Amino acid sequence: MTFNFRRNWWKLLGLVLVFYSIIAGFLIKVPDLPVIHESIRNLFFHVVMWFTMMVLFIISLVNSIRFLLKFNMWNDLIASEAVNTGLFFGMLGIVTGMEWATFTWGTPWTNDPQLNGAAVTILAYFAYLVLRRSIDEDSKRGRIAAVYNIFAFVMLVVFIGILPRLATSSLHPATGGNPSTVATMQPVMRLVFYPAIVGWILTSIWILQLRIRYIRLKYRYDNPE
Amino acid sequence: MAVSEITSLINKDIKLELKQRYAINGILLYVVSTVFVSYLSFNKIVDTTTWNALFWIIMLFASVNAVSKSFVQESLNRQLYYYTLASPQSIILSKIIYNFILMGILSVICLLVFSLLMGEFITNYPLFVTALFLGSFGFASILTMIAAIASRTNNNFALMAVLSFPVVLPLLLTLMKVSRSALNFGTWGENIRYILALLLINVIVIALSYVLFPYLWRD
Repeated sequence: MTFNFRRNWWKLLGLVLVFYSIIAGFLIKVPDLPVIHESIRNLFFHVVMWFTMMVLFIISLVNSIRFLLKFNMWNDLIASEAVNTGLFFGMLGIVTGMEWATFTWGTPWTNDPQLNGAAVTILAYFAYLVLRRSIDEDSKRGRIAAVYNIFAFVMLVVFIGILPRLATSSLHPATGGNPSTVATMQPVMRLVFYPAIVGWILTSIWILQLRIRYIRLKYRYDNPE
Repeated sequence: MAVSEITSLINKDIKLELKQRYAINGILLYVVSTVFVSYLSFNKIVDTTTWNALFWIIMLFASVNAVSKSFVQESLNRQLYYYTLASPQSIILSKIIYNFILMGILSVICLLVFSLLMGEFITNYPLFVTALFLGSFGFASILTMIAAIASRTNNNFALMAVLSFPVVLPLLLTLMKVSRSALNFGTWGENIRYILALLLINVIVIALSYVLFPYLWRD
């Protein structure tokens, strides 16, 4: 089987950008800010995981809405697999964040609006998976899971988007007078940060595509026409 | 969907409740026993933070219990009958309003029993009552929708808790902020943005329920 460049260029691009961000992320010279110091490099790994997770959850949301409009099982499959993949990146985001917090804040978990938001998001999507498991019938499962997906996503947008703005006391860098916002981020860091986002998102979509193909093949194997 | 349809559905729910005397008594007993258990374990609460947290946790669990049977207390056949009679929008709106009435009673009982046993700390009553009112409405609308989702599964009661907690948290945390302020000499001015946030959450939930419930209802 030959590599079809015109169809698969984005996978290659994703991999190249991910490797670039890992290598450059450790090697470039970063500004020495108080408290954060060298741990600022975690920006290239930890923050990127949340971007990727959110993109996958948005893919899931869009497919849930399309499922409710057209009742095509294909959309339901994409929605559920996007949640599975997104949760994987969410767990990576939590792990990288906890490791960073151990060094910077001295504790892996604190009562911080952004941490709570992340934890609740992950809980809600695990609940989505549990909900799917508890319904046997295919079309009914798709419909009810899609409704919960849309409902939970909107509530979480409120939770992550509006409430932390009201609190204004996050410990995270870039909020509440803490140093290093994206706006004032040094140009040299942006050279790694933005490619890292694109690279991880492309890679995650590749993972999603592989998972969907696997499920389809398994379905065909189990139900030969 | 018509107003008469909604009012007759609410009437039906209230009559059913008055006939069975099941939900209200159950809630009353649930609230009193939980408050009593916390009274026995805490003896006397001295700081407002604990008072506030305990009050809202009891409210949360009591409301999940109260609302969870919204869609399962009646048989599937009877639900099919309603399906032929009323539009799904009237069904969900009537259930939300009925649950709001239920939650209103629940929150008043909870406040009375809790203040009686755990001591009374509220300094700004109008603010606290506003929070309680908006909270009852928010709990009623969010939990009704989740109850509708959970009623379609094989494992209604366990799923009700799992599905509702992440979704109800934005509301709960905002409520706790307002009420903590009402316990600590807070004024309207410093809480107005939280109250607006609560109103916003309520509006969003009602709109979502209105749009999404028809997909749950048809089977």
